Amino acid sequence: MDVIRNGGEPVTTQHLLVRYAKRGKMRFASHLDVARAFERGVRRAGLPIAYSAGFTPHPKISYAGGAQTGVASEAEYLSLTLTSRAEADAVRDRLNAALPDGIDVIAVAEDSGGLPASRLSASEWQIALPGLPPDNVVPVVQKFLALTEAPVERLTSKGMRRMDARAAVVSLDVLDDLNSGCALLMVVRHTAPSVRPDDVLNALRDVSDVFPAGQPLITRLAQGSLGESGVVRL
Amino acid sequence: MPVESVFSQLEPLLPQVRKPVQYVGGEVNSTVKAWDETDVRWALLYPDAYEVGQPNQGIAILYEVLNEQPGVLAERTYSVWPDMEKLMRVSGIPQFTVDAHRPVGSFDVLGVSFSTELGYTNLLTALDLAGIPLEAGKRTINHPVVLAGGHAAFNPEPLADFLDAVVIGDGEEAVLAVTRLVRAWKQGGCPGGRDGLLLALAATGSVYVPRFYDVTYLPDGRIGRVAPNRPGVPASVRKHTLLDLDAWPYPKAPVVPVADTVHERYSVEIFRGCTRGCRFCQAGMITRPVRERSITTVGAMVARGLAATGFSEVGLLSLSSADHSEINEIAIDLADCYEGSSVGLSLPSTRVDAFNVSLADELSRNGKRSGLTFAPEGGSERMRKVINKMVTEEDLIRTVTTAYAGGWRQVKLYFMCGLPTEQDEDVTAIADLARKVIAAGRTATGRKDIRCTVSIGGFVPKPHTPFQWAGQCPPDVVDARLRKLGAALRADKTYGRSVGFRYHEGTPSLIEGLLSRGDRRVGAVIREVWENGGRFDGWSEHFSFDRWSAACAAALAETPVDLAWYTTRERDYGEVLPWDHLDSGLDRDWLWDDWRSAIEPAEAGEVEDCRWTPCYECGVCPAMGTEIQTGPTGDRLDGRRLLPVLATNGR
Repeated sequence: MDVIRNGGEPVTTQHLLVRYAKRGKMRFASHLDVARAFERGVRRAGLPIAYSAGFTPHPKISYAGGAQTGVASEAEYLSLTLTSRAEADAVRDRLNAALPDGIDVIAVAEDSGGLPASRLSASEWQIALPGLPPDNVVPVVQKFLALTEAPVERLTSKGMRRMDARAAVVSLDVLDDLNSGCALLMVVRHTAPSVRPDDVLNALRDVSDVFPAGQPLITRLAQGSLGESGVVRL
Repeated sequence: MPVESVFSQLEPLLPQVRKPVQYVGGEVNSTVKAWDETDVRWALLYPDAYEVGQPNQGIAILYEVLNEQPGVLAERTYSVWPDMEKLMRVSGIPQFTVDAHRPVGSFDVLGVSFSTELGYTNLLTALDLAGIPLEAGKRTINHPVVLAGGHAAFNPEPLADFLDAVVIGDGEEAVLAVTRLVRAWKQGGCPGGRDGLLLALAATGSVYVPRFYDVTYLPDGRIGRVAPNRPGVPASVRKHTLLDLDAWPYPKAPVVPVADTVHERYSVEIFRGCTRGCRFCQAGMITRPVRERSITTVGAMVARGLAATGFSEVGLLSLSSADHSEINEIAIDLADCYEGSSVGLSLPSTRVDAFNVSLADELSRNGKRSGLTFAPEGGSERMRKVINKMVTEEDLIRTVTTAYAGGWRQVKLYFMCGLPTEQDEDVTAIADLARKVIAAGRTATGRKDIRCTVSIGGFVPKPHTPFQWAGQCPPDVVDARLRKLGAALRADKTYGRSVGFRYHEGTPSLIEGLLSRGDRRVGAVIREVWENGGRFDGWSEHFSFDRWSAACAAALAETPVDLAWYTTRERDYGEVLPWDHLDSGLDRDWLWDDWRSAIEPAEAGEVEDCRWTPCYECGVCPAMGTEIQTGPTGDRLDGRRLLPVLATNGR
């Protein structure tokens, strides 16, 4: 908690770290769509959100880089600044009542650390591959992991970018999903330009053609810093 | 039996289309009801993309009014973009609602709201994707009743082949009346089949069923006669007028889109109707009389609407918002209530007077003063008399001076080009006006960085207005005048760079003119255009004039009429107009006299506003059994009672 002076009035603030999910139909919301939904959500929830100074005040919500449009997530982060103290669990419940289903707040905690890249340096992703037997995928993954380099290209807003998918991948496992094929579980470092799970999938496609065309369901499971055994959730 | 959602089929397509979130629904305040617990089911179509259709006030109102009824279900559906249409056709996915992704073909009624004629081709796409036969006559008892409304449905004749029924006027009570008839018909075992229901609707005198009327034509192409072709169908159909807006405070909790849309705000209509008497304005003619919502209802709706949506902007809507009898009190009280919060208030008013500026000042108390729009509409004083927009040059200069002096940096002036009797000099006069505006602004502020933008729209003569008989100005004439204006603006070295100039090419206006005043024969043109790929005609990147003119040539080949006949031709008093049997209440002779007095050079008579001067006998009130409903009520908004439901700004 800290006190800032603005226009002569002391204002008590509280910083909250919010972990939220993008599920179901809402995985098709873009990062901007989610941001707009939160701005309205905090207002509907009646939270004492702080506003920036200036001609066009904006609510003080800062967002960590969001999962891309179409990708689901169980681990998106944002931070809120409130002008008076509120109980973290109550904020979670009020937000959930005010947000569309599918943009779901999982946890709220008092935390003034913000969202620097150092706190969110890697993510764990799952790619569902229904109908694909694990035995077909395991050798492809082994081949990929044996590569020293796996260049992929993607058209970004800054033009065509080239990156090394192999270098960003910390681990890559095949999960047997008994009835419905398998899933890939991967830990990927946050790099610039970022290597996304679909880039890794495209690198795997360069190794083998077992993967069906089209975009499978991708979910971010965790986000945080890299530890001994994977992603340490923030 | 419940109707299955198509979402599981749709989901794999979503990663392949632009802005997939527009198709997923699930927005805050959207409603999904159990299919089997309802017996009258409406799909509400706005025939444009979600980003345009979602904020539409008409659909928002009807969605709530219907869903509040027990046993009634209403879901929304929008035009899908061509990328999605293509994939849906490949995968066999029908037109769906965004609320529960139910196939539109399973509903009882498909209500379509037309704000613009350029949405007509999108209706055909939606019907075709829904598996509903395009021609109303080919539908069976298993298809929804396709029911149109909205301002662009006041002449539904070009769509007569494709629509089962049309309601003109206010929709709130009309949808409930239709619901009752549909329910009674279903509960009674659907007596008389599909036609039985349509007859029951037509017999009310306020639902138009095009198929129950025959149109004959004279050898020269004009209409001979429009007459009912069966008993129990009235010769003319009346518009609906909602009285007592305070009793209908909708929308209370509009859907909050997740996708980006054109208007992101809570809008409350502060009054409906307008009696300013601008002769070009269809909205002002067809929505009479003026019915105000009281200051207390407006205040309560704003407080409740903001709390329900989380929007940060409020729009006080109407055709001329500064004309509300207590607008000053509304503006001051709302500004008081929301001062220090981050709620923005806006008043879409284009009235050219200092009062309008002081209202804008009030509403922008804690915000940025970016731009103000005024609409003189006509460039010369003579032109403004013709259109009955009685604004003098002195009025305009005084108004913009007040605005610039009040800290507004940018003034936008809206004009029309192609008005009846217009000459080149009426349009080039705009350059002179813009010069004087900038000069006045520089004098008032002592600064050179003030700006003025001149924005021009092509005039399209509309049904139910005094200009319904006018010949539309050909696009090449409009384009030539605008080129001259552009040259005059650019030639000015002193002021030219402070003036922006915006206009659109004239050809879409000509097609809007064809669809606005067309008759049933234009249906074949719409179909031809649609079959040749016509979609989203309101979007310049999709509109093709060549496609429309080729379709006119092909579809009208066997008739004595053509595109020019429908658009640039002036009509006589005696000609039967395609919409004459649709009664907006306006007295035809009053409209005609107003038209003649507009274009008689000597007498261009002013028609004043009946709210402040005696009735000028437009005919609406006696014909419709309505009356002007205005204040003042003398009430004020109490900020402490009204608010604060919202967090205050911590600055």
